[in-house]
Amino acid sequence: MMNIILPAMFVLSFICAVLTGRMSELSYAVASGGTAAVELLLNLIAAMCFWGGIMEVAEHSGLTAVLSKIVSPLLKLIFPRLRKEKYTLEAISMNVTANMLGLGNAATPLGLEAMKRLQDINADTDRASDEMVLFVVMNTAAMRIIPTTVATLRAQYGSAEPMSVMLPTLLTTASSLCVGITVAGLGCFLKRRAGDKL
Amino acid sequence: MINHIAQWVLPFAVTIVFSAGSVKGLKVFELFRRGAEKGLATVYSIFPTVVALVVAVTMLRESGAIGLIADVFSPVASFLGIPSEIIPIGLLTTVSGGGSLSLFRDVLKNDGPDSFIGQVSSVLMGATDTTFYAVSIYFGAVGIKKTRHTLLAGLAADFTSLVLSSFFVKLFL
Repeated sequence: MMNIILPAMFVLSFICAVLTGRMSELSYAVASGGTAAVELLLNLIAAMCFWGGIMEVAEHSGLTAVLSKIVSPLLKLIFPRLRKEKYTLEAISMNVTANMLGLGNAATPLGLEAMKRLQDINADTDRASDEMVLFVVMNTAAMRIIPTTVATLRAQYGSAEPMSVMLPTLLTTASSLCVGITVAGLGCFLKRRAGDKL
Repeated sequence: MINHIAQWVLPFAVTIVFSAGSVKGLKVFELFRRGAEKGLATVYSIFPTVVALVVAVTMLRESGAIGLIADVFSPVASFLGIPSEIIPIGLLTTVSGGGSLSLFRDVLKNDGPDSFIGQVSSVLMGATDTTFYAVSIYFGAVGIKKTRHTLLAGLAADFTSLVLSSFFVKLFL
């Protein structure tokens, strides 16, 4: 996928810079873009280390199993083929919970751990399994219950009711999550039917 | 009120995990170190992807591409009842969290958080996550090359958010 997207982004940027006469800005972006990546990474390293450690402790103390028991009935509906994969479901539960609580920094490391476990049970290690497609799509649509970051910013800029957007946000997220899961599931279903005919 | 509850979540999670481990008599620090090392190894494996993507997104933003694409989409947007100021935020939020956040701040500063545009962009920011970033990082971490229809489904979800954010704001606020 990145083999197509990356060149497309570069070419599009170049053409647009020619059209808008922003070549000096583009040149600066090329020169300084790497620095922005390092900044992002510094945040990520700390979060990955810290939450990786927490995950390990939580697993051995049996807390992830408890959490998984609470969330799994729902997850088993979305991932019927993972019914028996307790270890993988535990990591997915941790990621989904972190997402719902709006803990983006914790959700990514936990989600990557879940991806590793999904990869361990994947038949073709080059190609995403149905479960992987669904899981990543769930992570691209925010599953937040409380929009903490947005509310904080709104308060900062003098909103009378920072939390007033909570209900519309929740409904929007839920709908987009449903659309994402439906498209992902439909794609898998069509592929499987096409596979049966061949 | 809800903000106060949110402040409790992280400290509570850390405390409960470590106390549960200690009560069980586990060597919590050794376990923590082992998990943290795994996390570090993951960062190492996704770093090349992050660098490429961040440079590409910075270029896309600085070249004025986002603005041009937004112009192309604005007739469709006005047909769907989406304020045209929201389109750049909607486009950027699929590729870069930091980029859309700075646009969001601009809207809050210029139009005010309680204006219609301020409310719609708040909902949009709360309801979406960076699709390209998540897809490339999650698959990059395990070396998957064929991502199938993940991106399509992710973008369909983003588009839904874009359309519904203004709809639900009109309905409820």
